[in-house]
Amino acid sequence: MYQYTCQKDIEEKTACYQISISELAARHEAERDEVDVSVVMERMQHSLAVMKANIRTGVECVQPSIGGLIGGNAARMYRYATAGAPLGGELLARAVAYALAVTEENARMKRIVACPTAGACGVVPACLIAVGEARGLDDAALTRALFNASAIGIVIATGATISGAEGGCQAEVGSASAMAASALVEMAGGSVPACINAAAMALKNILGLVCDPVAGLVEVPCSKRNAVGVANALAAADMALAGITSVIPLDEVVRAMKEVGRALPYELRETAKGGVAVSKTAQEIRRRIGQSLAGDL
Amino acid sequence: MQSDYSVFDIVGPIIIGPSSSHTGGACRLAGAARAIFNKPIDDVEIHVYGSFAATLRGHGTDKALVGGLIGLKPDDERLPNALDLAREAGLKYRFVIEEEMAAQPNLVRFEMRNDKEGAYMSVSGASVGGGNIIVTRINNTALQISLKYHTLVVDHLDRPGAVLSVAKILAANQINIASMNMYRQGKHDRAYMIIEIDQPIERPVLLALRSLPNMSVIYIPQLY
Repeated sequence: MYQYTCQKDIEEKTACYQISISELAARHEAERDEVDVSVVMERMQHSLAVMKANIRTGVECVQPSIGGLIGGNAARMYRYATAGAPLGGELLARAVAYALAVTEENARMKRIVACPTAGACGVVPACLIAVGEARGLDDAALTRALFNASAIGIVIATGATISGAEGGCQAEVGSASAMAASALVEMAGGSVPACINAAAMALKNILGLVCDPVAGLVEVPCSKRNAVGVANALAAADMALAGITSVIPLDEVVRAMKEVGRALPYELRETAKGGVAVSKTAQEIRRRIGQSLAGDL
Repeated sequence: MQSDYSVFDIVGPIIIGPSSSHTGGACRLAGAARAIFNKPIDDVEIHVYGSFAATLRGHGTDKALVGGLIGLKPDDERLPNALDLAREAGLKYRFVIEEEMAAQPNLVRFEMRNDKEGAYMSVSGASVGGGNIIVTRINNTALQISLKYHTLVVDHLDRPGAVLSVAKILAANQINIASMNMYRQGKHDRAYMIIEIDQPIERPVLLALRSLPNMSVIYIPQLY
């Protein structure tokens, strides 16, 4: 009854039942699992708790990641966000610090929520939790926002892909950014069409982003790309809340993302055979740590 | 691509990082191998292929694989210490980095031994993205098991009536079969029946299945 796989479904069903995107996503999940809405809400609240814990520890921790390429940038950014005079204001700087925190924790083998993937796990929690703090929103509001984000993620996963190996980073950070943008609009009291416009603009802005992990690890440039996913989501959400619409509808952007992913050469889809992964510095890094990456046998 | 996603496929799964395929899927594959072997593992040789071989330690895949073999789940916070835990538990493990290209990018083969029974089993599988896995081979038989359902792995001889005897017991206990596939090494040779079912199997039913002659029945509750 509440099933949706595309923008059109979301528009029709939220209008028909007079509900928000988050409510549609929660009701569909409950219907799918044949359980009460409260059960799926509780499960999502657990995911939120994991995200919050990642941010709490991640902004303090300076331990290097397991591959050794990152660790400490979140703490650096967090200090700057809270004590410096960040150019984009404290909210953006904090959100960037949070995205770095979650991705650094991920690269330290901590427990994280893939959102929609482990490589892009920083974008959604960073946006939602930073804005939640700034606006004084409670966990119930953040949990609903995660349902909103999932609905957009489902539309993208169904119509295109959320895998970097299939679609490049546009499928990972791009999808996460679109999910976050839509969720932010709902958190700020925006309408369903505004949520969808925000998602369309966010995904469109990162179309074509390649996946080129240095030494094949989920560290460089992944962690900082999550930070850019955050900035992009905030910009798209603010544009949508200002009444700006996406000229290209979300469903068509999703289709375009799929086609761009298909057109991306294999070298730029998580294989570490193109992009910055084959830069001079990346090759030096690879030589330096190559032996320890494979293991001491 | 599947069309009926759960929100928890998108905001989730909750796993130990850094990669759903290199830690989440790797740990799950090892858990699957452990369940299929169904005996204490004393000694294991872990052959890794493709990107599992290239970034074994850099992604913590070594820890995820060994952790899965000692029963840790993909979201267990002890996974980073899995190698020490395995040594404490007396599991002997060796990694073998395979250079050859495999059919899947993230492929692993576990060669497991149990000293007491002198048992040996080889299980291969691939991590196929998002933490999803496929078991692709048991010993010499190529097959496909997703472990997304409650699964029965029936090791038997390729003879007429084998399927019927199993199906009869399931039907008598009102157990609905979601899917059933047969794989055999060769005609009249060793074969595997892979049965996916919707509900968990109760112990009495399992005992009835295990009393069937010339069959060995392993039951693996839904892994994820």
